[in-house]
Amino acid sequence: MSPACPALVGLVLAALAAAAGVAGRARAAEVPDDVLVVGQSAEPASLDPGVTTATNDARILVNLYDGLVRTKPGSLEIEPALAESWSLSEDGRRYTFRLRAGVRFHDGSPLDARAVTFTFGRLLEPAHPAAATGPFPLAFLFRAVERVEALDPRTVRFTLRQPFAPFLANLATPTGLIVPPGAVMARGKDFGRNPVGTGPFRFEAWQSSRKVTLARNPGYWGGPAASRLVIFRPLADPNTRATEMLAGDVDVVAEMPPDALALFRHRAGFSVAEAVGPHLWYLILNMRAGPLRDRRVREAVNWAIDRRALAEHVLQGTAVPARGIIAPAFAGTYDPDLAGYGHDPARARALLREAGAEGARLTLLVAEGGSGMLDPVAMGTAIQADLARVGLDVRLVTYEWNAYLARVNRGLGEDADMADMAEMAWMTNDPDQLPSLALASDALPGKGGFNAGGYANPDLDRLLDEARRSTDPARRRDLDRAAERLVVADAPFAVVVHGKQAAVVREAVRGFALDPTFTARLAGVRKREGP
Amino acid sequence: MGRYLLGRLAALVPVLLGLSVIVFLIMALIPGDPALALLGPYATPEAVARINRDLGLDRSLPVQYLTWLSHVLTGDLGRSHSLNRPVLDEVAERFAATLILAGAALALAALLGLALGVAAALRQSGWVDRLATLGVLVGLSVPSFWLGLLLILLVSVRWRLLPVSGMHAIYGEETLADLLRHLALPAATLAVVAAGVIARLTRAAMLEVLRQDFVRTARAKGLGEGRIVLLHAARAALVTVIPVIGTQAGFVLGGAVYVETVFQWPGIGRMLVGAIATRDVLLVQGGVLVVATTYVLVNLAADLLQRLADPRIGG
Repeated sequence: MSPACPALVGLVLAALAAAAGVAGRARAAEVPDDVLVVGQSAEPASLDPGVTTATNDARILVNLYDGLVRTKPGSLEIEPALAESWSLSEDGRRYTFRLRAGVRFHDGSPLDARAVTFTFGRLLEPAHPAAATGPFPLAFLFRAVERVEALDPRTVRFTLRQPFAPFLANLATPTGLIVPPGAVMARGKDFGRNPVGTGPFRFEAWQSSRKVTLARNPGYWGGPAASRLVIFRPLADPNTRATEMLAGDVDVVAEMPPDALALFRHRAGFSVAEAVGPHLWYLILNMRAGPLRDRRVREAVNWAIDRRALAEHVLQGTAVPARGIIAPAFAGTYDPDLAGYGHDPARARALLREAGAEGARLTLLVAEGGSGMLDPVAMGTAIQADLARVGLDVRLVTYEWNAYLARVNRGLGEDADMADMAEMAWMTNDPDQLPSLALASDALPGKGGFNAGGYANPDLDRLLDEARRSTDPARRRDLDRAAERLVVADAPFAVVVHGKQAAVVREAVRGFALDPTFTARLAGVRKREGP
Repeated sequence: MGRYLLGRLAALVPVLLGLSVIVFLIMALIPGDPALALLGPYATPEAVARINRDLGLDRSLPVQYLTWLSHVLTGDLGRSHSLNRPVLDEVAERFAATLILAGAALALAALLGLALGVAAALRQSGWVDRLATLGVLVGLSVPSFWLGLLLILLVSVRWRLLPVSGMHAIYGEETLADLLRHLALPAATLAVVAAGVIARLTRAAMLEVLRQDFVRTARAKGLGEGRIVLLHAARAALVTVIPVIGTQAGFVLGGAVYVETVFQWPGIGRMLVGAIATRDVLLVQGGVLVVATTYVLVNLAADLLQRLADPRIGG
């Protein structure tokens, strides 16, 4: 035996022993009970509520900032937040808000009427001194606003161009959260990485790709939060989200893939929080060219899709079948009596025969992923099989999400490279939003809207317009339902499912609930039994 | 040596320039729109046009390229639109994390590979050799993301020995021990393939060297076997192995993308994947420029090391 060999083996063993020694102390630094760790699917893009559109970011924003109003926990109903009360003028155009007294931003500056006028001036006026801190992609939510005035330090008035029923709901979105003028002006574009709000938590640190830390705001007007710190961790890989949860290194994980969700449903020590949100997954049908111009063919596509199988098998119970365009989360507007399209292949075949479209060839644009798109490739493939069963020959064309949006948002087209169908998903905060931005005739791609199928129906336009102007909730609900019935009958979409949001929560976590807005307010959440 | 070094450094300039052109063109030509990625699905055409104007994307490609290059030469890599911060800050942080991971993996791979290779050569066809050959085969065939997940499930989830992911503890101070705990699994995962390659080549080189005359001479002079192997044979074998370690450094950097994703290591590979998805042109360009420059410099360093180690190449 040469002496070199044991020496080398010894060296390797020593290295392994060193590694094991390090490993032995692995669990030394435990996270205390008053620190809540939340795993998310992505790094925030920005923590400036005017700038960002991502749901991931909204989950942090709702804990940092407040709006004038907010949605009640577990619903989409509006309740007071920074505004303790408000009134609406007779003509439905002037909203006057009375602000809560003594509220301060995390930097000590007062929450007053000026902060409110600043927040909305920044979004709406191109010449505003803070306009360069944008772009503000969702500012269009407030395009009905003509002006915002401070009547006195605690009173602010919004004057609308015309009555606009979704206004309060829009104020409750992340885009409507109130920012402090001083901090925005001082930080400029860096405000999004150094956010200052009035919320139950204040910003502490953002370490790129590692974590965003929020600390309890002791002076919060709603009372101090239950946890001392909340740490948001970006965990992009779905497997990592699951394994971190299994190892107990995160307390809450939003956006768990269906496979992993099934694992946690039946596992001791974890629970699954679910919420059906205002979400719709649908196919845009090309109304301008190709076989789908014929309503019977569009109806056939709707009858052919087996929504229940998609929701239960492809999506493993993470979605519910859709009947119309209004999600059940819009409790006041959702129409329980709407029949919609069931699964009836025989009827689909009959309609196709009648329209002379048997064996028609159709292209379906499919996204590889994307916000709210659930499992778009698997769903596209299942729909292709459903349509094949009724005699439609569907070709799938797959795009990466960004390229997909660029392709679909310019319209499905009328030329040789046109598409017949495209997948799409929307998450909205008001029942008016989806039809008015994706089906109204003034929302065609050339006019800056998302009506990619080219649907145009003056009856729908009139119903939507009337609903928006209506200040009587009951009347508005009837109009929204009438618009939905019209859309279902005319079938410019094949509505498919409403996605459920699910979060996996460790047993030790108390008080966690998802909101239908797909965010979660964490002020009342804590680990284990507290005093 | 000095002149050689200068010559090699000068040759880098056209390589890096060519590379920057290619990266620039790829980003310009792939479908998808940076403004759309930034504004999300609700982008209006006016907003898209404004962003493209702000980012200078409405100008011709050569103008865009030259503007970018002139800024880069003054050390300004621009501002990432998807992260809302300077590209240089982000790239510096992320690249440091990648260097720590890749450096640790390479050191581990070199140590393991050399040890296994020498041991296998000394005991040709013995159990060490067979085990090493089997290990190398497995190491080369197993995809790193799969191996990473397996390690996580066993070591972190089942045995609770090491953290699942990340670079530092979620809570508490960031200590060196903490960093090492987080580093162990990703570095091991990343080291496996390189260790296999290095072991295989070390074994071959050692077998070759051990048959040579100077080893026989040393034995004839009555030197101890240990000194012969470590001082004479291993040094000669290193000449063949060092450039391999150099190229493995490149592969380790490349493989880091998968490992960074599985272990959520905040490195530049993962940053680039995200930047490409959000069409963050400046971030991609800055990141690729830094990675490519390093790759080229590492290869240069390997060449220089080889010259230093091998007395036959003029130094």
